[in-house]
Amino acid sequence: MITIIDYGAGNLRSVLNAFAKLGYTTKVVSTPQEVYKAEALILPGVGAAGHIMQSLKALALDNAIREYINQNRHFLGICVGMQVLLSKTGENGGYNCLNIIPGNVKRFNEGLKVPHIGWNQVKQKQNHPIFNGIADETNFYFVHSYYCDPQDKTVIAGETAYGKTFCSAIIKGNMIATQFHPEKSGETGLRIYDNFIKLATGKNNSVE
Amino acid sequence: MLTKRIIPCLDVKDGRVVKGKSFVDLRDAGDPVELADVYYKEGADELVFLDISASSEGRDTMADIVERISEKVFMPLTVGGGIHSIDNIRRILLAGADKTSLNTAAVQNPFIISEGADKFGSQCIVIAIDAKRVTDSNPLRWEVYTHGGQKPTGLDAVEWAVKAVSLGAGEILLTSMDSDGQQSGYDNELTRTISEAVNVPVIASGGAGTPQDLYNALVFGKADAVLAASILHYNDYTIKDIKEYLSQKGIPVRK
Repeated sequence: MITIIDYGAGNLRSVLNAFAKLGYTTKVVSTPQEVYKAEALILPGVGAAGHIMQSLKALALDNAIREYINQNRHFLGICVGMQVLLSKTGENGGYNCLNIIPGNVKRFNEGLKVPHIGWNQVKQKQNHPIFNGIADETNFYFVHSYYCDPQDKTVIAGETAYGKTFCSAIIKGNMIATQFHPEKSGETGLRIYDNFIKLATGKNNSVE
Repeated sequence: MLTKRIIPCLDVKDGRVVKGKSFVDLRDAGDPVELADVYYKEGADELVFLDISASSEGRDTMADIVERISEKVFMPLTVGGGIHSIDNIRRILLAGADKTSLNTAAVQNPFIISEGADKFGSQCIVIAIDAKRVTDSNPLRWEVYTHGGQKPTGLDAVEWAVKAVSLGAGEILLTSMDSDGQQSGYDNELTRTISEAVNVPVIASGGAGTPQDLYNALVFGKADAVLAASILHYNDYTIKDIKEYLSQKGIPVRK
């Protein structure tokens, strides 16, 4: 079952709408038991990483998500749902995150307009079926003030330039995460979701 | 490179678009859902809906409309007009909007900005400023108006923008009352002054008549995005025309 975690994220509805538009049935869950049962797990997110960590902990979902990902099962994190995968964020005065991907979440430099809002290009750094049918340097919609800086650069699947080049997508095994919002990135964004589900359900696991 | 956003704005009253493009091939040109879909397909980068309903029934309708639009249109949606409380913000966001724009309510109670930013994130809180040039001011000054441009507040637009951002506003939607509806160009001095004073994105609004006007707002006004109403609704320009023009002049746009 395609399972979407509900911990009060503001963009839950948009994510649900996107999967519905693609014709997939989804299940919205907020317990560890249901997380373990997922065939494909999606962690949406918008807002502050510290708040999300608090909510996940309160629902005992932090350990459930960590365990799920450590079993190399199909996972997709979106925006702040990507940031919480790292070790620590500078947001909310500094906050420990899930520490699945060692590295820090940092604020964009002074002198830039923050949040980084709008459509920006994603340079594909890995040849991976999540990008099937999507041209390199395609524009996706971003809205965030912090970005992920993973220690292991080989997990970087996408890069985007804003002041500097930052990591805009991560892939490690069956764990995929994007800083941009596929559910707000038009038809190309929907394609990311479709590719993810095809990967997770084994309908397409080769690069086109 | 971050592209410059072109954002159509639709005025909605009691669930009907009252200021929006008259597309000849539309079944119902007053239906916000259908218009949103047209702009989505034309390549708009975001959409802004301004609810000008006077009644609470009208605003209930807006939430329903946002729900229907967000099922069909996968791009950022901002809703403004008639949002006066944290509950109003929550309701519109839960309906599927990505951002809410606050104007009068924020001037009357600036702490709605910090509370909203804390609860939903700064990116959900857009502060809309209606600014009018102060006659004979030197250096140039602009005064903030509320209640749909009816009521002068005595607030300086630059100071208000800086304060709103310090309270947590994630974006400024800046309308020049002098230029609005004139189609003779944005007030680029106003836009530049505010854009240089704050470190969040500024959306210029009011005055677009030609693609050149949008170019000027982005280059001379240093706007991060441009809101466009009449130029799209009544003129012969499509979003594609505008983006083509901007692109040829070296402005990064999403195509």
